[in-house]
Amino acid sequence: MKYKKLGIFIGKKTLKLISLLIVVCLASFWIVEQSPIDPVRAYIGEMSIQPEQKAKLDEYWGVNTPPQEKFLNWAENILKGDFGVSLIYRISVFDVIKERSIASLILMASSWLISGILGFVLGIIAGMKKGTWIDKIIKTYCYILTATPTFWLALILLMVFSVNLGLFPIGLGVPIGVTAENVTFFDKLQHLILPTITLSLLGVAQIAMFTREKLIEVLSSDYVLFAKARGEKGFDLVLRHGVRNVALPAITLQFLGFSELFGGAVLVEQVFSYPGIGQAAVAAGLRSDVPLLLGIVIFSALFVFFGNLIADIIYEFIDPRIKQQEATI
Amino acid sequence: MSTAVVTINKGLFGELNLRQKTLLIIGFTSLLLFTIVLSSVFLNGESLPTNFGSRNLAPSLNHPFGTDWMGRDMFIRTLEGLGLSIVIGAFASTISAVLTVILGLLSSAGKTADSFVSWLVDLFLSIPHLLLIILISIGFGGGATGVVIGVALTHWPGLTRVVRAEIKQLKTQEYIHISRNLGKSIWWIATKHILPHLIPQILLGTILMFPHAILHEASVTFLGFGLSPHEPAIGIILSESMRYLSAGYWWLAFFPGLSLLIVVLAFDMIGENIGKLMDPKNAHE
Repeated sequence: MKYKKLGIFIGKKTLKLISLLIVVCLASFWIVEQSPIDPVRAYIGEMSIQPEQKAKLDEYWGVNTPPQEKFLNWAENILKGDFGVSLIYRISVFDVIKERSIASLILMASSWLISGILGFVLGIIAGMKKGTWIDKIIKTYCYILTATPTFWLALILLMVFSVNLGLFPIGLGVPIGVTAENVTFFDKLQHLILPTITLSLLGVAQIAMFTREKLIEVLSSDYVLFAKARGEKGFDLVLRHGVRNVALPAITLQFLGFSELFGGAVLVEQVFSYPGIGQAAVAAGLRSDVPLLLGIVIFSALFVFFGNLIADIIYEFIDPRIKQQEATI
Repeated sequence: MSTAVVTINKGLFGELNLRQKTLLIIGFTSLLLFTIVLSSVFLNGESLPTNFGSRNLAPSLNHPFGTDWMGRDMFIRTLEGLGLSIVIGAFASTISAVLTVILGLLSSAGKTADSFVSWLVDLFLSIPHLLLIILISIGFGGGATGVVIGVALTHWPGLTRVVRAEIKQLKTQEYIHISRNLGKSIWWIATKHILPHLIPQILLGTILMFPHAILHEASVTFLGFGLSPHEPAIGIILSESMRYLSAGYWWLAFFPGLSLLIVVLAFDMIGENIGKLMDPKNAHE
């Protein structure tokens, strides 16, 4: 029974992933194909060239091949694992994404974790102390954060901590003028701190508000009333009955936030010139590097998909309430 | 109950009840936003004259937000930028609301149509929002039009989800079944029975979409897509200010961003308070 459910689940998700990838490829290719931006122009940049040379380049890059054929060529290469060559970095798109995504994933993972824990704790505190000044402060903080432009907060932090206090470097992933071998772990860490703080601060709001609502809901339930009647109170009560009930939905929500996390990373990386995938995406967009942009779109779709997948797994297989429901059916 | 409420509400506006207070908040914030838009319309072009005699001045009484590297008053530039943001936000939210109505009605038409709508929602949510806006704006050739279209075409999925759930629930109602049995067409039911229920939801959803649209527009402009550097958009002002950060001209970034935050908060407040007014359950809290 259990294995059957797992099998169905895996089958469904695989099908969904394949269909999603096909559609994302098709749709994003079509959108870019519609664009009036000339890819050859983007490739040669500001250089002026003769019309004959331009025609040759057009032919070389296959500008005039019909779109269906272009798509099929591209899709075939992707199936072979070849995403083409990035026009701005002049190396293969796959390598750009591989190199950049590691830096980005470190940034996103650390801020995901910090914001999750911080948000959860704040939410629990606010929910426990509902109606008090602590609750009001946390609520106001979250409320303001959701309205804060990510890049502005990044700018302010950069200004205060890097420019005025000189605690952190102004930008980039590693110090300037140091060879790759000499970059220490500490250097990397130092360049990571401010971007992580920015992303974490912003990520707190949603999870904290959610945890607060859920905890208040749990605390007004009958079993909590009964526990109180038994003499349980204070933090013990919340820990035994509240946190346990709230933790899973909160973790699920945090996994569903991958899409926003990615968007936040794009902005933060841009402000701190952090060499991540978001910065590459912006560069690719601004300079019409179509292969790289499409590659990143596919990568980000995968990223979001796996976030949702983990949330689904938690919901379907780990949450004991769902298990119990199934057992009773 | 009512006595308890009265004792709690002894604040600055102690004599007003919750409903009046809510209306007051809506009125004030709307007035603020309206003033910003109006003044930005009247100021049109004012920010352009450069005055190199007063370059990079820190905030003072004459220039509350300071001046930039060309001696332009940052307060006026910020006002114009906010006006532009609000107008773009309004346009984008309206388009998204129209799309929501169309897709909502479509999803009420039948099972196939409904699964198409849900598939479309999933598709739009599968790519990070910011990246999707960039992609679409490139598809439309970049520039201001690209950004506006990109922002307008990507804000409907959230609201459409809500509307779909609402429609699903409405369809189980008895009067819809009766209407069906009386031989009314799907279209008739959709427009006469379902749409009127959805209008308040959609109105509220549109207002709450505003802040998102404004923030996204500012973000994308900040990244360098779209609007030309001569436009006084908040995103452009902020990305310009990045070049002067190490020089210590903090006011170039601080005030414009703060004003944007306040505008976004104001829209949030209007939306939430209208929501409170419309929802009878919360009206007596």
